[in-house]
Amino acid sequence: MRLLKIVPDNTNIGFVRVRHIAFAVTTLLTIAAIALVFARGLNMGVDFVGGVSIEEKFVSPPPLDEVRETVNHLGLGEATLQQLGNNNMVTVRLPVPESNDANAVNAMVEKVKVALAAKFPGAEFSNYSTVSGKVSDELIFNGVLAVLLAIIGIAIFSWLRYEWQFGISTAVAIIHDVLMTLGFFALTQFVFDLNIVAAVLTIIGYSINDKMVIDDRIRENMRKYRKMGMSELIDLSVNETLPRTVMTSVTIMLALGALLIFGGHVLRGFTAAMMLGIVVGTYSSVYVSSSLLITLGLKPGVREEKPSAATGAERVGPREGR
Amino acid sequence: MLDFSRAQRLTTFIGLAIMIALAIPSFFPQSAREKWPSWVPKPAINLGLDLAGGSYLLLEGDTSGVAGARLEQMKEQVRTEMRRDPRIEIGDISVQGGKVTFMVRDPSKVDAAREKLLAITGSGVGTTGQREWDIAVVNTSQFVLTPTSVGLNQKLEEAMNDAREIVDKRINALGTLEPTVIREGSSRIVVQVPGLQNPTQLKELLGKTAKLEFKLVDTSVTPEMIAQGQIPPGSQVLPYQEGGGQIAVFRSVIIDGGMLVNATQSFDQQGRPDVAITLDGAGSKRFAKVTQENSGKPFAIIVDNTVISAPNINEPILGGSATISGGFTVDTANQLAIALRSGKLPIQLKVVSENTVSPELGADSIKAGVTASIIAIVAVIVFMILTYGRFGIYSTIAVTINVLIILAVMGMLNATLTLPGIAGFVLTIGTAVDANVLINERIREERRRGRNVTQAIELGYKEASRTIFEANVTHAIAGLIMLILGSGPIRGFAVVLLIGIVSSVFTAVVFTRMLVSIWVRRNRPTDIHI
Repeated sequence: MRLLKIVPDNTNIGFVRVRHIAFAVTTLLTIAAIALVFARGLNMGVDFVGGVSIEEKFVSPPPLDEVRETVNHLGLGEATLQQLGNNNMVTVRLPVPESNDANAVNAMVEKVKVALAAKFPGAEFSNYSTVSGKVSDELIFNGVLAVLLAIIGIAIFSWLRYEWQFGISTAVAIIHDVLMTLGFFALTQFVFDLNIVAAVLTIIGYSINDKMVIDDRIRENMRKYRKMGMSELIDLSVNETLPRTVMTSVTIMLALGALLIFGGHVLRGFTAAMMLGIVVGTYSSVYVSSSLLITLGLKPGVREEKPSAATGAERVGPREGR
Repeated sequence: MLDFSRAQRLTTFIGLAIMIALAIPSFFPQSAREKWPSWVPKPAINLGLDLAGGSYLLLEGDTSGVAGARLEQMKEQVRTEMRRDPRIEIGDISVQGGKVTFMVRDPSKVDAAREKLLAITGSGVGTTGQREWDIAVVNTSQFVLTPTSVGLNQKLEEAMNDAREIVDKRINALGTLEPTVIREGSSRIVVQVPGLQNPTQLKELLGKTAKLEFKLVDTSVTPEMIAQGQIPPGSQVLPYQEGGGQIAVFRSVIIDGGMLVNATQSFDQQGRPDVAITLDGAGSKRFAKVTQENSGKPFAIIVDNTVISAPNINEPILGGSATISGGFTVDTANQLAIALRSGKLPIQLKVVSENTVSPELGADSIKAGVTASIIAIVAVIVFMILTYGRFGIYSTIAVTINVLIILAVMGMLNATLTLPGIAGFVLTIGTAVDANVLINERIREERRRGRNVTQAIELGYKEASRTIFEANVTHAIAGLIMLILGSGPIRGFAVVLLIGIVSSVFTAVVFTRMLVSIWVRRNRPTDIHI
């Protein structure tokens, strides 16, 4: 039986050679992502901005203008609409009613339900949620804190296990992944809610795995080939782990692809975020974090030369390897 | 590396078999599981409301209300205590700026007053033994009582715990629902009710404080007197639900909610819904005495300071049971009964977040999720086998078992699967696949370097295991941080992630190695397709 090989044996791709170009492109893309987030903003779900969100399922894609008009006529505040799934689903977002009455929200939802059902026969309510401003602020704070602390924790771990350069390069790469994902959400205007924070955390998790595998190989090779130049060594390590990187990415993409196509509209934004994250995470492992190690001045055999760690640079030359 | 003793193999296989068995109940719907014999262990994963449909409410307790009530209560307590023998005259008692202050008229009695205060301001609380109130004397005879934060927190904790229990009781009383009511943080309660689509009734029930009192109606007060505000000192005017308008009642309470044993919705002789109540021994006695003495006069049934009805006492009521009628519908009567028997909420609760998902949408999500998962798993299996041959088969067995282990552990923890949980699942499968890929690629690599089969496999596992360990420890750090810091959904994600990390390392590193070693020993292959 001939087995499938996606990546040929003994590849020798010069990843490091193009690092300056890669850095430039990455920086541009990251800036673009940040700019997008600021310019267009994220389409925050009620989890994060507070408000009432009502999802209604129609028989066929309804004219949004008419839906908006119907809802606005109820005098409940300005409605924001968004079509979902196969466009039969429409999310109606409204501000939280300013009333202390516990049932104000229910009354509001009821009004919208009745009005829409009357105007569009067959329209069915499918879900609604409401979050007060106070809770949404907390959710934002906790989400951001969790992501930041995860990044810091990972950086510290990499630094303790390997060298400080690994810590920094990993942290930079993960921040890059997160920013790119946010940029993607700003671009597509998919709803950004707590589920997406979970997706972002997933991306971080995947990205870490990817980086650790490559970092581990770099460290292994640093011990093995003490005379080798750093860029050569990184190229070798990335090439050696390339079959694994591609294999794993492809399998996960297969799984996510199935979720994206068959997973229903609830999972769509979420899956799209993860797919993008896999691409971005793989890219950043190969082009950002590994190459960054050179920029940060990582040298083979640094650990073994403890007494002169500060001037280690001069000692790299001819040494007795094994 | 490839040697496993018989005992090791046996333990591993039995252990995994048990885990797989424990995962099975999760594949059956609850209705099917209920029919199984009771001795069968059936740990199963709960589906979150985003998948099952239902209502989620986040309630927040009014903490400032608790603090305020506590100050008022202390004021009353001080008054009562000082009146008791030996009586100490006090003046100017007031609650201001979060403190209770009062003056002792006779400065020589300051010490005696302090003694009395020590008895009512609580002994130490918590491990540090801090007091519930700080007592200070200013200007020789003025006392200032400040609640300590420890004492206040303890009161809040008690109030929230009681509130949680009451909420739980009230929702359970609604009938067939299976609610989860849990405390979250210091002042919040999460209520999840699967299947409930319209939480209006639920919220109304939560808002009810339901304080029940029976008082006699003051028939000497005419409507004109009420209109002019001429009310005798021993009486008060309350809104009257049944009759409309207002009604005057005597201030003294005959029966209060504390004497209530039970309250149920029933029907009167005309078939109108009412609420039947049962009183305890002391309550029955008092009710009998009052109804004997006041035959022919009306008495008022008061719920939350509103007179629900004011029937005439036709004959003494001796058995300790009575009915409350007041133009109810079955629903309102039922709600009143629930509110009465589950007591008064010790803290006011406000709905701060709410989410209702229709069962249809939940079912759609599940169906789509399951279809997608099956397709995904098949695709991954085919791909792994095409790429790694025999080793791919071992890997897919490992990944499949890994999925089952996560299901089993989640079932045993009674964990809830939500959409973010599915994300955790996908990621775990990803890392499980990755661990297997790492091993297989490493073996390939070692073969290319010219090692013989056994050496290549041994080295492959050894080197890959180290990498897998490094990667997963880092990953677990991220998971732990999320578990500690995250709220609801993020936490669910982290739980799945952490379980998955442990089980994927085990299945990839130990279990597949065992399968490979068995095969290598039996067949002694000179070459491998990988």
